[in-house]
Amino acid sequence: MRPVVISGAGMIPFERRDEDSLIDMLSMAGLKAMDDAGFGERPVDALYVGNMASGLFNHQVSVASAVVDRLNLLPAAADRIENGPASGGSAVKNGFLAVASGYADAVLVIGGEKMREVIGPRATDIVACMTHPQAEYIYGVTLPAMAGMFAQVYMDKYGVTPEHLAMVSIKNQDNGILNPYAHIQMKITMEGILTHPQAHINNPVVADPLHLYDCCPVSDGAAAVLLTTQELAKELGRPIVEIAGVAQATDTHTLQERQDPTDLKAVTIASQKAFSMAGLEPSDIDVVELHDAFTILEIAESEHAGFFAKGEGAKAVEAGETQIGGSLPINTSGGLKARGHPVGATGVAQIVDLTWQLRGEAGERQVEDAANGFSLNFGGFGNNVLAFVLRRLS
Amino acid sequence: MDMEIEAYLRPPEAEMAPYPAKVITLATGKKLVVRQVDRDAVPTLLEAVMPTLQVERDFYDIVGARLYSELLGWYRYRVRDEFCLIGQIDGFLVGIVNSRMFSPDLGISLHTLAIERGMRIGAHLFAAKMEHHIEYLGQEEVLITAESPIGFRRWMIEYNLEKREGQHELGGATPFALTRDLYFRNKERLVAGERPVPPELMGIAEREIVVANEDDILEKILGARRREVQ
Repeated sequence: MRPVVISGAGMIPFERRDEDSLIDMLSMAGLKAMDDAGFGERPVDALYVGNMASGLFNHQVSVASAVVDRLNLLPAAADRIENGPASGGSAVKNGFLAVASGYADAVLVIGGEKMREVIGPRATDIVACMTHPQAEYIYGVTLPAMAGMFAQVYMDKYGVTPEHLAMVSIKNQDNGILNPYAHIQMKITMEGILTHPQAHINNPVVADPLHLYDCCPVSDGAAAVLLTTQELAKELGRPIVEIAGVAQATDTHTLQERQDPTDLKAVTIASQKAFSMAGLEPSDIDVVELHDAFTILEIAESEHAGFFAKGEGAKAVEAGETQIGGSLPINTSGGLKARGHPVGATGVAQIVDLTWQLRGEAGERQVEDAANGFSLNFGGFGNNVLAFVLRRLS
Repeated sequence: MDMEIEAYLRPPEAEMAPYPAKVITLATGKKLVVRQVDRDAVPTLLEAVMPTLQVERDFYDIVGARLYSELLGWYRYRVRDEFCLIGQIDGFLVGIVNSRMFSPDLGISLHTLAIERGMRIGAHLFAAKMEHHIEYLGQEEVLITAESPIGFRRWMIEYNLEKREGQHELGGATPFALTRDLYFRNKERLVAGERPVPPELMGIAEREIVVANEDDILEKILGARRREVQ
């Protein structure tokens, strides 16, 4: 396989974007990535759009065909990639494979979702369509409900407390304040969301034990990367970040079929394979983007990806290790919790944020001397997971 | 002014119990002082409402225009038995609610305007308004309608309000009602606040109602889209 590098990265602010259509958002992000690369009029061989549910959210499908035309990239190949909340990660993986295999020299990967076109409960229902239709969905299971059940068991097994969850939330919202692309830019406090006798009014239960501030917001947004060969990247002259490791793993569709519902096997397998491909260990990683759709997931993923032993993730949060300035900063972008989670955009946005970190362009949230980054895009409820290891080459 | 005519035009005023100020600790840890204001505050409040008239998002323009006229009408003695509560953080005005008594038993909820968003300020102020109707004015029920989906979600759904026949005096969608029973059933879950307000906080709030400038108000309401991003 040929080395694949990120020559351009771009994102539009995640928020509620009433004025923009999904195609507007995807196009703006794509243009930003190409502009960032200084790609000019060079041809793009293929466009991959990570998007989960434009048909349901926006009553529009074949969005890749629309974007390739809008961006005047014709006759580039164009595909929409759907893999639930890991659609963005899957799109990056497919872009990687196209360049690595020699099928393409330049691939534009865009992830995006416009979820705020529908009301919150409808958005929750659309996302819940990824659950098993007979074993889960018909019983009213939603992703927050599933995360709530997972959190109950995980907290009981590993001694994770509501304070630990609140610490993740506070950390990520603090980081979001430093990220101009983040949907949520509001400092929260332990008193305001947990310890004050009336904190339950500010922070009501969503799915016990998860409260409002344990859950990511519903956002609109898009992010893009331009993947090229190393040779082309050198010609463009931007700092080069390599996709050193890519891996994907799956698990049972339903949670109930897993021997231990707290064991996120697909996270472990995908992470190990990505590290192996990159020739790196978790200890080599300087900055991490995890899929914290719910605060419990940041803790659980940090353990299953190999950064901490089981039961130690929460302690690392408590010790401040995962803060910017800590030994392993996690979700410096604010994560899904604060940057937002337009589902199809997330996997790409994680890569964009890591690219900025490895180039030293992350502004106030910059991790000093970051050379290696790791991201994890968690599809379904851990049944389809992508892991990436990025490395700064220049 | 012809005071003889004015006497006809000016509505009579019922005795209304005062609303005791309270303080709410927000998710941010900041302290929201909720207190009642009298007519003298209206010109200052109108400064804060005026910029919202240009905001289509979430029907701020309609809510703002109607609130403006209701406050002005109250200020110049053209609305009967109205009251107004405001929310302040560090003296800054972050939200306004108004309402009126239709009769001793029936309250009419008018408008709720949150200038700071994302901290449940609108929800906290609406709850304070209901608290005033039910607990301090001693009313049996409050008639409520909504102009925006956010209002519908916050009031009709969160409080599980009861539908009512007829019309709300704002002439909008089907009215709903918060009964005394519903209020007390929801109070623990939705009505926050501690009394008395510590003197230093109350002092800051009463010293001046600080109104942010127009750009800041629009930024607070519209959010990130107005930020300059590379």
